[in-house]
Amino acid sequence: MGLSTSGEHRTVSYVPESQEGWVATRLDFLVNWARANSLWPMPFGTACCAIEFMATAASDFDLARFGMERMSFSPRQADVLICAGRVPFKLAPILRRIWQQMPQPKWCISMGACASTGGMFDNYAVVQGIDTIIPVDVYVPGCPPRPEGLLYGIRMLQEKVKNERAADVGTRDEMEPDPASQLYIPPSLIDELGEPFGNSVNQTRSGL
Amino acid sequence: MSRFEIVRTGASATETQPTTPKNIPHRNAPANPSAKALQEKFGGRVTRVEVIWGETVVFIAPESVKEVFQWLHDDPSQRYDFLSDLTAVEYRDPQVPIEIVWHLRSLPYRRFLRIKAQIPKGKPLEIDSVYDIYRAADWLERECYDMFGIKFNGHPDLRRLLMWESYKEGFPLRKDFPLRGRFSRSEQLRQALAQNPEARYSMEELTIADAFDELPADMKKRLSKGERTGE
Repeated sequence: MGLSTSGEHRTVSYVPESQEGWVATRLDFLVNWARANSLWPMPFGTACCAIEFMATAASDFDLARFGMERMSFSPRQADVLICAGRVPFKLAPILRRIWQQMPQPKWCISMGACASTGGMFDNYAVVQGIDTIIPVDVYVPGCPPRPEGLLYGIRMLQEKVKNERAADVGTRDEMEPDPASQLYIPPSLIDELGEPFGNSVNQTRSGL
Repeated sequence: MSRFEIVRTGASATETQPTTPKNIPHRNAPANPSAKALQEKFGGRVTRVEVIWGETVVFIAPESVKEVFQWLHDDPSQRYDFLSDLTAVEYRDPQVPIEIVWHLRSLPYRRFLRIKAQIPKGKPLEIDSVYDIYRAADWLERECYDMFGIKFNGHPDLRRLLMWESYKEGFPLRKDFPLRGRFSRSEQLRQALAQNPEARYSMEELTIADAFDELPADMKKRLSKGERTGE
């Protein structure tokens, strides 16, 4: 059930000969252990998910058990951005700027249906998923998610942090969309690919 | 009788002590006395008076907005000193014109009055601003302009309020506006990310540095000593 109940998740199981060596892996282990257990959240609460987030931080569920003692209301001292709630288009550049202001290493949790997909707000004003603006590590489903759900997402993020390796090049690189890259998909192609799912021109999912 | 005496005693010279109304009929309840006063004062410019669930709706000609509101605000027998809401209604039936709705409240007389003005079909969506009479109309009119595209003549700073300034898709609460906007999602996102969040201040909204001369004297003194906040 839980992510860390079984024994094998409690230890880092590296095969030494295929890795960087004992010192490097132990250093990774130490660094990741420290990072995973002192994630300072930057709460970006815009809607009802923020209420559940507050409940998670309060004494019943007690986010401080996981090293998230301090809510960092400045992005410059934060490790994980928890976007709780819908994000309107007017807020999109602000959310992106907050993400850019956070120092590396940084992670992002998209909490709730609205932050992950736009949810029920399939209209002219709401961003359809914050992963169109910033990279997201963990999506927590729910409308809004219960505190247990958010804690589960945080534990997943901790697992992800614990499995990072400093030797992996590019994990923490920040990339802007580069039109010269082969991976770049122009907006027109995105529109074409997304058309069967409905867009503003072809509204297939619901009526006017 | 002074305004404060009316507030203190809860009674005015013309009305008895107000009670919570009960068993209000749908139509034909007694109208707000201001409706009759308006009809006597403005005659044909008050086109219709309705009472629905005990609330009086007065339809006025759109060109007489300014004088009607000025009179309602200033006349000692009316004293509508609080504009609680201003909005517009577009009906699904294309024959019905767009209505602009003001909700007025008279605190001294404990009256509520709903004023409506219909902009005739084919006419430009323009109406006089009541900003000079009620400062509360500032953002209400900006919101109404943002959502419906109604131009309020005489408003000093008529900009979009809810959508960002470079929003190009039109007026979202109009009936001809598609629910998901006119542009595709990626284009909407591109335009939204291209906006400059710090460019939303107009010349009307002064920065602290510009407003330095208007600050209170003690705050000026503390700021000039090197204190960085005004707290």
